[in-house]
Amino acid sequence: MGLSAVAPLWGPPGLLLAIALHPALSVPPRRDYCVLGAGPAGLQMAYFLQRAGRDYEVFERSRQPGSFFTRYPRHRKLISINKRYTGKANAEFNLRHDWNSLLSHDPRLLFRHYSRAYFPDARDMVRYLGDFADTLGLRIQYNTTIAHVTLDKDRRAWNGHYFILTDQKGQVHQCSVLLVATGLSVPNQVDFPGSENVEGYESVSIDPEDFIGQNVLILGRGNSAFETAENILGVTNFIHMLSRSRVRLSWATHYVGDLRAINNGLLDTYQLKSLDGLLESDLRDLAILKDSKGKFHVTLKFFLEEASTNQSADAITLPQDDNDNFAMRVPYDRVIRCLGWNFDFSIFNKSLRLNSGNAFGKKYPLIRASYESKGSRGLFILGTASHSVDYRKSAGGFIHGFRYTVRAVHRLLEHRHHSIAWPATELPITQLTSSIVRRVNEASGLYQMFGVLADVILLKENAMAFEYLEEFPIQMLAQLETLTGRKARHGLFVINMEYGRNFSGPDKDVFFDDRSVGHTEDAWQSNFLHPVIYYYRYLPTEQEVRFRPAHWPLPRPTAIHHIVEDFLTDWTAPIGHILPLRRFLENCLDTDLRSFYAESCFLFALTRQKLPPFCQQGYLRMQGLMSTESLWQHRVESRLLRDDAPAGRDLADSSQQPGDQELLGAPLAPGPLAQSLDSNKEEL
Amino acid sequence: MQLQLMMSSGFNVFRVGISFVIMCSFYMPTVDSLLELSPQKYFSTLQPGKASLAYFCQADSPRTSVFLEELNEAVRPLQDYGISVAKVNCVKEEISRYCGKEKDLMKAYLFKGNVLLREFPTDTLFDVNAIVAHVLFALLFNEVKYITNLEDLQNIENALKGKANIIFSYVRAIGIPEHRAVMEAAFVYGTAYQFVLTTEIALLESIGSEDVEYAHLYFFHCKLVLDLTQQCRRTLMEQPLTTLNIHLFIKTMKAPLLTEVAEDPQQVSTVHLQLGLPLVFIVSQQATYEADRRTAEWVAWRLLGKAGVLLLLRDSLEVNIPQHANVVFKRAEKGVPLEFLVLHDVDLIISHVEHNMHIEEIQKDEDDDMEGPDIDVQDDEVAETVFRDRKRKLPLELTVELTEETFNATVMASDSIVLFYAGWQAVSMAFLQSYIDVAVKLKGTSTMLLTRINCADWSDICTKQNVTEFPIVKMYKKGENPVSYAGMLGTKDLLKFIQLNRISYPVNITSIQAAEEYLSGELYKDLISYSSVSVLGLFSPTMTTAKEDFSEAGNYLKGYVITGIYSEEDVLLLSNKYAASLPALLLARHTEGKIESIPLANTHAEDIVQIVTDALLEMFPEITVENLPSYFRLQKPLLILFSDGSINPQYKKAILTLVKQKYLDSLTPCWLNLKNTPVGKGILQAYFDPLPPLPLLVLVNLHSGGQVFAFPSDQAIIEENLVLWLKKLEAGLENHITILPAQEWKPPLPAYDFLSMMDAATSQHSTRKIPQCMKETDVQENDKEQHEDKSAVRKEPIETLRIKHWNRSNWFKEAEKSFRHDKEL
Repeated sequence: MGLSAVAPLWGPPGLLLAIALHPALSVPPRRDYCVLGAGPAGLQMAYFLQRAGRDYEVFERSRQPGSFFTRYPRHRKLISINKRYTGKANAEFNLRHDWNSLLSHDPRLLFRHYSRAYFPDARDMVRYLGDFADTLGLRIQYNTTIAHVTLDKDRRAWNGHYFILTDQKGQVHQCSVLLVATGLSVPNQVDFPGSENVEGYESVSIDPEDFIGQNVLILGRGNSAFETAENILGVTNFIHMLSRSRVRLSWATHYVGDLRAINNGLLDTYQLKSLDGLLESDLRDLAILKDSKGKFHVTLKFFLEEASTNQSADAITLPQDDNDNFAMRVPYDRVIRCLGWNFDFSIFNKSLRLNSGNAFGKKYPLIRASYESKGSRGLFILGTASHSVDYRKSAGGFIHGFRYTVRAVHRLLEHRHHSIAWPATELPITQLTSSIVRRVNEASGLYQMFGVLADVILLKENAMAFEYLEEFPIQMLAQLETLTGRKARHGLFVINMEYGRNFSGPDKDVFFDDRSVGHTEDAWQSNFLHPVIYYYRYLPTEQEVRFRPAHWPLPRPTAIHHIVEDFLTDWTAPIGHILPLRRFLENCLDTDLRSFYAESCFLFALTRQKLPPFCQQGYLRMQGLMSTESLWQHRVESRLLRDDAPAGRDLADSSQQPGDQELLGAPLAPGPLAQSLDSNKEEL
Repeated sequence: MQLQLMMSSGFNVFRVGISFVIMCSFYMPTVDSLLELSPQKYFSTLQPGKASLAYFCQADSPRTSVFLEELNEAVRPLQDYGISVAKVNCVKEEISRYCGKEKDLMKAYLFKGNVLLREFPTDTLFDVNAIVAHVLFALLFNEVKYITNLEDLQNIENALKGKANIIFSYVRAIGIPEHRAVMEAAFVYGTAYQFVLTTEIALLESIGSEDVEYAHLYFFHCKLVLDLTQQCRRTLMEQPLTTLNIHLFIKTMKAPLLTEVAEDPQQVSTVHLQLGLPLVFIVSQQATYEADRRTAEWVAWRLLGKAGVLLLLRDSLEVNIPQHANVVFKRAEKGVPLEFLVLHDVDLIISHVEHNMHIEEIQKDEDDDMEGPDIDVQDDEVAETVFRDRKRKLPLELTVELTEETFNATVMASDSIVLFYAGWQAVSMAFLQSYIDVAVKLKGTSTMLLTRINCADWSDICTKQNVTEFPIVKMYKKGENPVSYAGMLGTKDLLKFIQLNRISYPVNITSIQAAEEYLSGELYKDLISYSSVSVLGLFSPTMTTAKEDFSEAGNYLKGYVITGIYSEEDVLLLSNKYAASLPALLLARHTEGKIESIPLANTHAEDIVQIVTDALLEMFPEITVENLPSYFRLQKPLLILFSDGSINPQYKKAILTLVKQKYLDSLTPCWLNLKNTPVGKGILQAYFDPLPPLPLLVLVNLHSGGQVFAFPSDQAIIEENLVLWLKKLEAGLENHITILPAQEWKPPLPAYDFLSMMDAATSQHSTRKIPQCMKETDVQENDKEQHEDKSAVRKEPIETLRIKHWNRSNWFKEAEKSFRHDKEL
């Protein structure tokens, strides 16, 4: 957690006074967009603003971008994977397996050019971020610590107020939109008696020599705790780890913020009886006592409260006095706290109403699914600090996730303030299946931000064409029209990626037999990440989104389609993936989306009053698909359409009217489809 | 209000009808939707003895909510039980004590007459099942005893011994679909049986049930028990708890345990057969009658609910049954012969029955597979043919495969054609074959580089080149903007495009001699096979705007027709020669050796394009797959002469004469050579049955009405006859031979309905609602559906998706329909 955060340490509060005394003699410089923090999220936003030609400025406390990474992680190894080879050329696809790069048009600015290591060194990240800012010429004010942010009501402002930023020199900046990308910068501390004896992850020695022959207690259960343990595992007598709840392994939960296998060496030695151990208890019930020899004892807060205040440490009751097999009865030489990080709320004036989230999201500011603060319009939280939207669900707290959510925020802003509608491609309906197949096979935003960002297809009247919108925050689906400037009057599809409902969890066996589904009819039971397509006749309302069924990312649709999970995440199999998808789309739209050769369209044109969309949009516009000789041969063999018999006979479906019988004359004969079924079976 | 219970003895119908409801539905078709009333109005509608469920809500509360949606769905089922449903809007002026103070305190109330029976917080009525279940539960307070411990059960059991039977059920929770099913059954059978309900798993366990995670329903046979110390026999219902299953189960419980018969087993029929259950005849003889009867009774208890058991008295039987057979097995399916068995163990009888039930199910599944096309089978001809051809190796090396690295360098360095395709897309791959054919044909002769780029790999490049759909062909020429190819995706047209693009558009002609050569086809001899018409624009040097327009048009037409421009000082020589006034177009038709002129006065580029395109159309063309769209666009009826091979010159002459005499202005005359266009046979078969000998002349009114008229095949195709026929046609005196079907292109097959599968999984034992009182609208609907069903060749599997019919409440209806369907078949 928190590895991809920016951690500016803000200036002393004394500066606030200076500002108050400083009269606003000159009009402060005004920017349309101010970005706080030049970490990955800040740089990513700066990139989009720069490309759009917007008036913006980034404020960075340090003298270079990504200052968090100059110190963290302490042991310098990033756990975000740098997969340089995928066997594929598709750059968009490759971003699915690149967890460190920011989005840009410049292929040189891909992280794989900066490190060969699968788990890269943090110094490479610092170098990368520096290059990103320099190469793209992003406007960043370094060495500028924003010490205070407040609101100035002004009716002319975009959002009815300006954000007033004051830096450490008392310089004031006025901003129409404030984009906060400061990460989580305040180490999380739990208050309990003796907590002053605890060393913090941020400052503890990282030299294993300092731990030789020691008994070490680590508080915390996350990656920083295990990373710390890993470093000293070989030299300590033993390491005990203490945390409130059981350890969650990211390969079981599919959540990258949980304990990664690269850090879990201690689990191995614990389970292999090598003196190291894991314990669960609420830290707030504990107390740590320092005895006369400078060793630390774990006891209960309760005992401490019982004892009179001036009792010496050695006299206080320890659990083992009553319970002589108490697990933590040995004295420790060191206690290290690795409890994660919190958002720095201190610089924001109350008037911004930037509050912390609910119980599990206390460390994050409260925001909407559009990343805008619930308290003040025009204030957006980006990057790691925006993780409350998908905490423990998706990747929004990490570079490989928030690079996409930042882009989504930028698109929302482009529409809100510059009347540029959310980018969309308009295509004829015959391209519907292909456009979905293309995206589910290459889109990295859908893949990384599964369940949070989803593609939306807005149907045009009569469903003859559609608009394709990429990576829209789906929790805002009800507000899609106002947020994007696009119209959803004629129904819509939402393309989301999902894991199976009951697949992942901290105590689930993710390697159970039959965990994968192979048959298309069982696709809805797919467990691994797979595309799910929702069809709505009408845009869902806010109520419907809010009161959606439990564990559903979206309200109940009119119809739903799962593309069966694929071991290679390659959803291009003609029968296994594309055919069921087409059938689903056809049945939603009540039309026929098959493709036809020009010869078939010719036949339909002269024997029917209506043509299927493929013939209407292709053949009749003189862009029909001619078959070649060998394809023609297969076509005859497949008997899908026999050229010696009236075509469309296989199409005689339930909607056929009595009059048709007369026309087609001959009996509806052994369906050509049934025959092709046989021949197909032989071939397969 | 009188409550009527009508029960037919028919198999799948038990109708709960309430005369009032039936009347309502005849005269108030809107009664299906939720009534909205003011409190005063509402209380005035309450009728003595009639139950009513009312949801009180603040007038300003949102018009839709999950609860209201569910309530709306419950309107119809509740109405079928004689219970009205209303939404009462609390308005300020009318204060009612049922109106809560705050929005979230709003409740639903159940009244009987104007007596309040119960109030429900809205969260207990979480869906339509819960609503129906709770309301019936409250109304059937006496009929359904809710108990929590074994003692209660025993007390009820003791009290009813010798008097009545008990239907005891366990459901996991109140308000779930199983609970609703039990309540619906209790509504019908509540007076005949004592219903007992529990949600206590411990109680279920204490009576010895297994699989306690599921709902259970037992029939306690207490009526037979005369000795109070004796326990009531119990029969467990083995099917999932649905209204229909409970109904069927009770029916079998009601049937006599054992019947004695002395007639031909083939003729015997009991309620079991009607319910789809088999019959087991235990063959008995006078001598062993007592023992046989005991055995039969024992078997009957074991098979209760699974089969009907009869004692067959062999001695008084007229038909012969095999000597040694002691058991006769009769299946419920009609036409299946009797099985005569020799079984010496009662367990064998039971296992035979159970085994056969199993077989039956399996066979049914297999039948399903055989019927109708499989939705997993490809029915897209392009996808299917490409798939079948996937192993053939194409000479791909004849085209240059581009990548992100080579793309820009290549298209900058040489004039190139680029095919943008996606390797997984069938249409792309089908066209790739034509593209390779072009490369084969051009091998070594063209200066144009043929390249391709797979957008599945190089998606960025394709996006940058503005390619968002596949396949796309673009031509990149030095110093020019890339041009998208807009012709047929086939070898012939693409080859033409490439060849015609060897020259510039329009060609600048600078001497009279060159102009003459151009018009005669000499100048571009090798190209006129691709463009049967050459267009020459004539302008005096000062006509700059006109020249620009023409150049624009020429540029637009590049690759489709040869265009040239002449604007020298001596242009008048040409214009005089061809009797054209400047500015003008000269159209040279090379096949006919004719040159015509068209004046251009203030004609814009798009109009010039139109003039040229129109000029390319022939008076009496041979219609082909490639050129039909150009003629189709004219929106006129087609007059097609089908010919087996080349057209008879006499026919051609006759028709051309009519064209010249303007008889055919409202038509598009053309002919079709079946040798060149074999697909024409399919067209003829659609028009004629039986097929008369060729040639055939047909008028097809494609764009208005779809009528097809045939020129009488016994008449000679000569001018006089044709004129006469056309006149009769115009006067409406000719009968059409057929009308082309006007049906829309619907989904060829249904899709998997994953939503229903997911629903079914969440409520493991889903409620299948039984058919209820037929209303007028329903009858019509059914008629229509049945009609559709008949015309459908296949049967729709239950879990497939037809959105047209789809909505939440329809799920039950669909299930019910397919159920009926099953039985009909």
